[in-house]
Amino acid sequence: MKKAVSTSLLGLALMMSASSLAFAQDKTAKIGVLNDQSGLYADVTGVGSTLAAQMAVEDSGLAAKGWKIDVVVGDHQNKPDIGVNIARQWFDRDKVDVIVDVPTSSVGLAVNNVVKEKNGVYLNSGSGTSDLSNAQCSPNTIHWAYDTYQLANGTGSAMVKSGGDTWFFLTADYAFGTALERDTTNAVTAMGGKVLGSVRPPLNTADFSSFLLQAQTSKAKVIGLANAGGDTINSIKQASEFGIIKGGQKLAGLLMFISDVHALGLPVAQGLSFTETFYWDLNDGTRSFSKRFQERMKNKAMPTTVQAGVYSSLIHYFKTLDAMGGNSHDGLKIVDKMKATPTDDIIFGKGTIQPNGRKLHPAYLFEVKKPEESKGPWDYYKLVATIPADQAFTPLDKSSCPLLKK
Amino acid sequence: MSINLQALSAQLLVGLINGSFYALLSLGLAVIFGMLNIINFAHGAVYMMGAFAAYFLLNIAGIGYWPALILAPLAVGLFGMVMERTMLKWIANLDHLYGLLLTFGLALIIQGVFQNYFGSSGLPYAIPDALKGGMNLGFMFLPIYRGWVVIFSLIVCIATWFLIERTRLGAYLRAATENPTLVRAFGINVPLMITLTYGLGVGLAALAGVLSAPINQVRPLMGADLIIVVFAVVVIGGMGSIMGSIITGFALGIIEGLTKYFYPEASNTVVFVLMVLVLLVKPSGLTGRAA
Repeated sequence: MKKAVSTSLLGLALMMSASSLAFAQDKTAKIGVLNDQSGLYADVTGVGSTLAAQMAVEDSGLAAKGWKIDVVVGDHQNKPDIGVNIARQWFDRDKVDVIVDVPTSSVGLAVNNVVKEKNGVYLNSGSGTSDLSNAQCSPNTIHWAYDTYQLANGTGSAMVKSGGDTWFFLTADYAFGTALERDTTNAVTAMGGKVLGSVRPPLNTADFSSFLLQAQTSKAKVIGLANAGGDTINSIKQASEFGIIKGGQKLAGLLMFISDVHALGLPVAQGLSFTETFYWDLNDGTRSFSKRFQERMKNKAMPTTVQAGVYSSLIHYFKTLDAMGGNSHDGLKIVDKMKATPTDDIIFGKGTIQPNGRKLHPAYLFEVKKPEESKGPWDYYKLVATIPADQAFTPLDKSSCPLLKK
Repeated sequence: MSINLQALSAQLLVGLINGSFYALLSLGLAVIFGMLNIINFAHGAVYMMGAFAAYFLLNIAGIGYWPALILAPLAVGLFGMVMERTMLKWIANLDHLYGLLLTFGLALIIQGVFQNYFGSSGLPYAIPDALKGGMNLGFMFLPIYRGWVVIFSLIVCIATWFLIERTRLGAYLRAATENPTLVRAFGINVPLMITLTYGLGVGLAALAGVLSAPINQVRPLMGADLIIVVFAVVVIGGMGSIMGSIITGFALGIIEGLTKYFYPEASNTVVFVLMVLVLLVKPSGLTGRAA
């Protein structure tokens, strides 16, 4: 009897080790790119992010090591309910391991909860809201490319320093806009500036003239545009039409992407200053990635910060999987390992990931070139200042992330 | 909230400008529905095509804004006529729903094709030199171009109304809608008239597109964002009523402008709230005849 028990125990142990062996050898991964494929953020994210994900798969070199990696794409149409549905379906039916991109903060936050519940991996490059690494941080999430704190701090502080000490906000009326307004207000008041007021047009507004008139009558020195994509383009274009810049007020594009500048054209966009963490013409690494990217884009666009972020985040994810020797499909474990490993890629250079899930890298204050300074299409930015990685994002002691209170 | 009279008058004027676009677009819809009984969901797409036509004329052929104001609506109107002859004609006698579905599908296809090639951020189109700059009205800075839009679209609206309600051609047209067989018996080419009318409605939308190109980005989805509001305008004004759609267009622009001042968060929905209210009280619309 005793023997029988020990034999069966041995058998059990063998079985367990065999199954964990099979576990370690599972060399498959499924990437879900969830973003806006057809709406106002389609140029910032969209097919460009899908391409970036595919490039990351190719560049990871995992295929040569016997890995099988699939990329699937979903269009959340900037609606949280649709985003959540796709994410659930991906985890439950399609066995997706990691969700990347996810612009539109309201959707980004909603998907954050699903990924946590399903123990997946969430590498968000598209959403702006700094809540992802603060109040709503999750052990399954890394917030990768940029956030509202970094944008606000970079642009807000720089504008106040150069004399723009009174502000009026034009804020997109949803999670991202209000977070950006809040973070910028903090940055401005911390520097001794004053916020005179704000107005909140709904997301995806075509005509901003009413709101711009309110900003004009406020007599604030700086009009902060706490919006993104098509909304930013329209508000800047119409601000120049209503003579706001000529009247002496300055525009601060709090979140600008290169696709916005391209769409506006240099004659309208020149002189705007804003913060980004990526520009294609920063160094050899960014140039080589961007040129390859541009060749494969149908409309020959350069990558935006978000698209570059998708690439960078997946490169780190693949490195981690490779180091772990296989895919355990255990989101918590993989994210922990990712946080413990320093990052290094051609997009953001060397960097780290904070315990609250915030990826750290430098941010850059850019100014849009005058038409005569530009050497051709996509040569748009002048580097004004570099904000080092440790100062660009929310300091850890100020983060309200519950994960930090252990 | 303290009401600033200056700001308020500025908002009224801005509302009037937006109203011009609503009026032009809903006028085209009203013409098409009134004469052809088609609910033209492709209206937003042809509005967008008008703006793109102006962009192509400028950047490929070097033809500027003023000729584009005539050429773009003509080209897009022609496209509309082809659409009518090859597709809409076959479903003219069926239920409204079929026309709605067909034109909605067409709109999706047209927008998809444009988006595939031009992305979603759009392309810039500059304000023509003669209309650059602005004037200070005391209570606001009015860009000259916007003033031009209001005046020009008002003229076009009234001219269209005159054409349909006060001329012999318009009388034929209205008669042909009432009883095509009888009008045909008088030797009038009814199918040709219908095709031309659809072309006119589509051309009006394209004209609005050209007018809006310098204000908004030339974007594939510029029409999709607008068309739903314009349909609400048409429903409020009364389906098929020409004057009704013009007046409602301008009026709703102004109401929307006021909402942007008093409660901006609701500015995208106020039109629909009004639509619900009007439908509850007067289901045929403010100026519509009961069906």
